[in-house]
Amino acid sequence: MTRKQLKQSIAFNFFRLISLMVVAVLFVILGFIILKGIHVINWEFLTAMPKDGMTGGGIYPAIIGTLCLIAGSMTFAFPVGVLSAIYMNEYLKESFLKKFIRTMTNNLAGIPSIVFGLFGMALFVNTLKFGDSIIAGSLTLGLMVLPVIIRTTEEALKSVDDTLRIGSYALGATRLQTIRRVVLPVAFPNILTGLILSIGRVSGETAPILFTVAAYFLPKLPSGIFDQVMALPYHLYVLTTSGTNVTESRPMAYGTAFVLIMIVLILNLLANLIRRVAGKKTKMN
Amino acid sequence: MPDYKVETKNLDLYYGDFHALKNINFTAEANTVSAFIGPSGCGKSSLLRMFNRMNDLIDGTRFTGEVYVDGQDVYVKNIDVDGLRKKVGMVFQKANPFPKSIFENVAYGLRVNGISDKHYIEKKVIDSIKKAALWDEVKDKLKKSAMELSGGQQQRLCIARALAVEPALILMDEPASALDPISTGKIEDLIFELKNQYSIIIVTHNLQQAGRISDYTAFFYLGELVEWNKTKIIFTSPSDIRTQNYITGRFG
Repeated sequence: MTRKQLKQSIAFNFFRLISLMVVAVLFVILGFIILKGIHVINWEFLTAMPKDGMTGGGIYPAIIGTLCLIAGSMTFAFPVGVLSAIYMNEYLKESFLKKFIRTMTNNLAGIPSIVFGLFGMALFVNTLKFGDSIIAGSLTLGLMVLPVIIRTTEEALKSVDDTLRIGSYALGATRLQTIRRVVLPVAFPNILTGLILSIGRVSGETAPILFTVAAYFLPKLPSGIFDQVMALPYHLYVLTTSGTNVTESRPMAYGTAFVLIMIVLILNLLANLIRRVAGKKTKMN
Repeated sequence: MPDYKVETKNLDLYYGDFHALKNINFTAEANTVSAFIGPSGCGKSSLLRMFNRMNDLIDGTRFTGEVYVDGQDVYVKNIDVDGLRKKVGMVFQKANPFPKSIFENVAYGLRVNGISDKHYIEKKVIDSIKKAALWDEVKDKLKKSAMELSGGQQQRLCIARALAVEPALILMDEPASALDPISTGKIEDLIFELKNQYSIIIVTHNLQQAGRISDYTAFFYLGELVEWNKTKIIFTSPSDIRTQNYITGRFG
């Protein structure tokens, strides 16, 4: 082996080690949560209200609450994000306005989530008088993930070959028809990736829901979008730091973390499945 | 089929500061095949794209002069550009079928132009695929993805797609340059078939191809239309020395 080859081999083995370490960290976290959490998981844990000062019972309302927040924030953020990405990528020519919108979108992505929480409280909870509610929390979470959706959708649209657009125009299709019938079907699997990423963030964030929706303890299900709910990440925080008996409720906390991870994982798998099926239909060679 | 005569008057085209077409005065008679030849970057594709306003899609283009398709100035205000593109079909250098089924590729132009009659669409699709000499190869797999076809088949599918909306003029931008000789032969045979019913303008780098399939040939050089005439004349007794040098292979 020459000196050059040796150097190269050392370098690449080092890189390999580093990337394996990243994977290892993921597995350690997952393993830790699963080991600590899985034995709390049973039917009661998933379907019952918390009881005995949150040291017993289940986390049912928190699961439902988090699902509500995912659905609510996506109902708002997904269409808004996708539509503005379409506008920016398909209609807007390179211009000051486009640069401005893009810079502002990136800035929005850089705002700490606790600031979103504060803003959500000021605007939705107080000014618009939604109170602590699913709608206030969903809108706040939605605002937070908008940049993610916009950016991934833009990338998805950019990856659609321009010759397809031109071929469509050449047949007399309008811009809108071209977007709807050619561009979006091709971009759809990648747009879905943005949705998955944002669902992951929405379900895990605590700060934005802290002042806008999350209830410390609310052993009933919401009956409308103006109700408060419990949510998994906040419930986890409560169980770990400020429950009635932190030591007693520690296993419940691991169980909650386990469920939270599982929800994200299942949604990811589901979206991946849709992605694969949709991708097959519009596969490019 | 209506006759489509194509004409430009004093046409100058710029891409930003680049003067791509210089004072072009060109006419193509109805139901003829015209070939645009010339070295790369001479403006022949740019001129082709003027006829269905595809240059509109490129940022920073501007032009002076007039372009007529079938007697209609296609750059007047308020003209229906989508309607123009329906009447003026285009086939591109690289086959660009949509990632849809073979059937849907050909039906696409009909659907976007507001046709929803199932029987008509089906008839038209089959008809167009037959016209594009592709029927025997795809008749059993119309529901299969167009992406599974070979490059040559994809290009004929793109021609079928263009034919389906009943254009009268078909623009072809080096339609065979990315294909093997056998597929190229098929495309040329097809153009030969089509010229009875359509006016065709084809950009090509292949001089033999221009000689074989066109009635008229126009030679472009550095943005100028050096000369255009009957193909036979261009290839046997061109009047400009630059044309002669090009077709005899002395530059290009």
